[in-house]
Amino acid sequence: MRSNLGFFSDEKFRSIFFQTLVVGLFALGLFFVITTTSYNLEKRNIATGWSFLQNPAGFDISFSPFLEFKSTDTHLKVYFVGVLNTLLVSVTGCIAATILGFILGIVRLSSNWLLSRLVYIYVEFSRNVPLLLQIILWYSILIQLPRVKQSLQVLDVFYISNRGLYSPRPIFESGFSYVSIAIVLALISSFLINRWAKKRQDKTGQQFPVFSSSIGLIFIVPLILFFILGSPLSFEHPELKGFNFKGGLVIRPEFIAMFLALSIYTAAFISEIVRAGIMSVSKGQREASAAIGLKQTWIMRLIIIPQALRVIVPPLTSQYLNLTKNSSLGIAVGYADLVHGFGGISLNQTGQAIECMAIVMATYLSISLTISFFMNIYNRSIQFKEK
Amino acid sequence: MKKLLSIFAVVAFAFSAHAGTLDDVKNRGFLKCGVTTGLAGFAAPDDSGEWAGLDADMCRAVAVAVFGDRSKVEFITTTGKSRFPTLASGEVDMLARNTTWTISRDVNLGFEFVGVNFYDGQGFMVPSALGVSSATELDGATVCIQTGTTTELNLADFFRLNGISYEALPIETNDEGKENLFAGRCDVYTTDASGLSSTRAAASNPDKWVVLPEIISKEPLGPLVRHGDHQWGDVVRWSLNAMIIAEELGITSENVDAQTSSNVPEVLRLLGVEGNYGEMLELSNDWAYQIIKQIGNYSESYEANVGPDTPLEIARGLNALWTQGGILYAPPFR
Repeated sequence: MRSNLGFFSDEKFRSIFFQTLVVGLFALGLFFVITTTSYNLEKRNIATGWSFLQNPAGFDISFSPFLEFKSTDTHLKVYFVGVLNTLLVSVTGCIAATILGFILGIVRLSSNWLLSRLVYIYVEFSRNVPLLLQIILWYSILIQLPRVKQSLQVLDVFYISNRGLYSPRPIFESGFSYVSIAIVLALISSFLINRWAKKRQDKTGQQFPVFSSSIGLIFIVPLILFFILGSPLSFEHPELKGFNFKGGLVIRPEFIAMFLALSIYTAAFISEIVRAGIMSVSKGQREASAAIGLKQTWIMRLIIIPQALRVIVPPLTSQYLNLTKNSSLGIAVGYADLVHGFGGISLNQTGQAIECMAIVMATYLSISLTISFFMNIYNRSIQFKEK
Repeated sequence: MKKLLSIFAVVAFAFSAHAGTLDDVKNRGFLKCGVTTGLAGFAAPDDSGEWAGLDADMCRAVAVAVFGDRSKVEFITTTGKSRFPTLASGEVDMLARNTTWTISRDVNLGFEFVGVNFYDGQGFMVPSALGVSSATELDGATVCIQTGTTTELNLADFFRLNGISYEALPIETNDEGKENLFAGRCDVYTTDASGLSSTRAAASNPDKWVVLPEIISKEPLGPLVRHGDHQWGDVVRWSLNAMIIAEELGITSENVDAQTSSNVPEVLRLLGVEGNYGEMLELSNDWAYQIIKQIGNYSESYEANVGPDTPLEIARGLNALWTQGGILYAPPFR
C-alpha cells in the first residue's frame, strides 16, 4: 500500500532529508554562535586576532624544567612551557598510575584477606573522593613540611622542605657520551637477543637466559666503560644560600602534589580495570597451565596477562585520557600547566579569552587524539591473532 | 546572504544589548557590584556578615544614588582573574575591586575607569626575622604573586631592572597568598601596599611582618564599568566625585541636614537644593545628599575603613585632598 505522503515515504529520500536537516541545523547553530560572538566582541571594543602571541609576556614562570623562560619572552613561549609542563605531569602520572594500578589490581585478587581488603579500602576511598580535594589535600600536607632553613636532610645529599625536594644534579663530562652510546647499543643488542632466543625456543625448545644476559649487557658493560674512562660524571650539590637552595635539581611541591594526586586517583580506576581483565580469563586456563606444570609467576606472565590485556587496554586508554585532562586542575595549587599559564595568566594579561581558550582546547584535543592513536596501535598488536 | 547576516545581527543584538545599565539596575531593583573575595579595609564581610570597606562603600554609594537605599546592592566576589570577564559579560554592573587603571584595560579590554578612589603603589612584605631592609636585597627569594594582576608584571620588571633573580609562586587569591606566606612556602608577598597592610593586619602577630620601604609602581585603584554606556559611567563617576567634593566642602553625614540651609552655592547644588543635576543623571535630585547622609564623605569612609585608627593604619598620604598635600581632586560641581 502506498501512502499519500508521496516521495516522503521513500526510505532513501527520508534518510537523506533528515541527515541534511540535522547537518543544516548544526551549521546554522555554529554560524549563529560565531556571528553573535564576533558581534559582541566588536560591540564591547575587544580587539581580536593572534598578534598577541608575539608580544612579550611580561611575567615570569619559575616552574619550567625544559625551557628557560624570561619575562621578555613571548606569550607563544608561555604556551610551549605550559604544554611541556602538562605533558610532564601527564606522562609521569600515567606511568606511575599504570604500575601502581597493575600491582594493586593483582593484589586485590590475592588470597591474602588483609591485603585484598586494604586495597579495597584504598580503591573505594580514592575513587570516591573528588580529585580536586585530593590535590589540595596533598598540597596542604606538603606545605606543612619544614621551612627551607630547617630542611630535613636525607643521606647528606637530599633536602626536603616545603619548597620541594632538592637533590644533586648530575653533570656529564666529555667522556660520558661513550657511556650513553654503550647503553643504547646494549639496549638494541638485548632486544635482538630476545628475538633470537624466542625463535630458537620456538624451533628447538631450548631456553636462553635472556633476562640475566640483558641485565649484564645494559648495566655491567657501560659500568666497566665508565670506570675505564675515569668516571666522567660529577654532581652539583644544592647549597643553602640566602633565601633558597642554589644549584642541584629540585622537584616542587606543586608538581609532587599533582603527581601524587593524579596517579593515586587514576591507579584506583586502573586497578579495577586490571582486576576485571584478569577475572575475564576463564578459570580453566589457569588450571590447565597448572596441570602442565608451569610455575605460578609464569602462569600470570605467559597465560593470564596476555589474555587479560585484550580486556584491559581499551578502558586503560580512557584512563590515560582522563588523567591528561585532569592535569588541568593544576591551577588549584599553582602548577604552571597549560591551563594555568597560557589559558590563565596570558589570557588575563592580554584579555584574548577566545583565542587563548581555542588554542588550549585544540591542544588538549591533539594530545588526547595522539594518546588514543598509539593506544589503538598497541591494542591491535595484542589482539588475538587467528592463524 | 547579507540579509541573513543582518537578521543574525539583530537576533544577536537582542541577546546582548541592554536598554542601558541604569535602566537595567532600576528595573532589577538592586545593584550588582563586583568586589574582591575579601580584602580587609576594601571589601570584606565584617563581624556581622555585612560587606564593609572602601570599595564596599563605593558600591553602596552608587546604590544610594540610584535607589536612595544603601542596602540595595548585591556584592559579587571576583578573583583577580575572573573580574574582567564578570564585568564584560554583564554579570555585574560595576567593579569596585581595587583594580589598577591602565591603558590596556581602559582601551583594549573595553572598560571605562570612572575615577580613582585610592592611590596605591606596589610594595613587598617579608617576615621581620629575615632581617631584610630593602627590596633590592631579595635576590633569590621566592615571591608569592597574584596572577593576572599588574603587580605580576611590575614584579618581573623590578627584578629585571635590578638584575636580581627570584622564584615566582603564582597564587589566585589574597587568602592563598596569606596561607603560603605564613607557612613559609614563599619569603615575600608582593601586592599593592594597601593590600599588604590588610594582610599584615590579619596575621596572628602583625609585628612579625614588615612592609619594605620600596614602592615600585603607581597603582591608581578605581571603580570601572563597561565601555560605551556613558550614562551609567557618569552615575558611578559622580557618585565617587560627590563623596570627594563633600569632603572639600566640609559636608559630613552628621552635618548634612544643617548644610541644606548653607549659603555656599556649590553646597546647595551638590545637595540638590538648587539646580537639577540629579535629573541630568536621571536620578532623584537629592542623590548626593543621600550618599553623604547614608555613607558619608570620602574622608569618613577612609577613616572608618583604612585610616590610621583602623588595623590597616594607612595614613592619608597621596589620598589626602589636593588642598591638603594629596592628589585627590574632583572636578567642580556645576
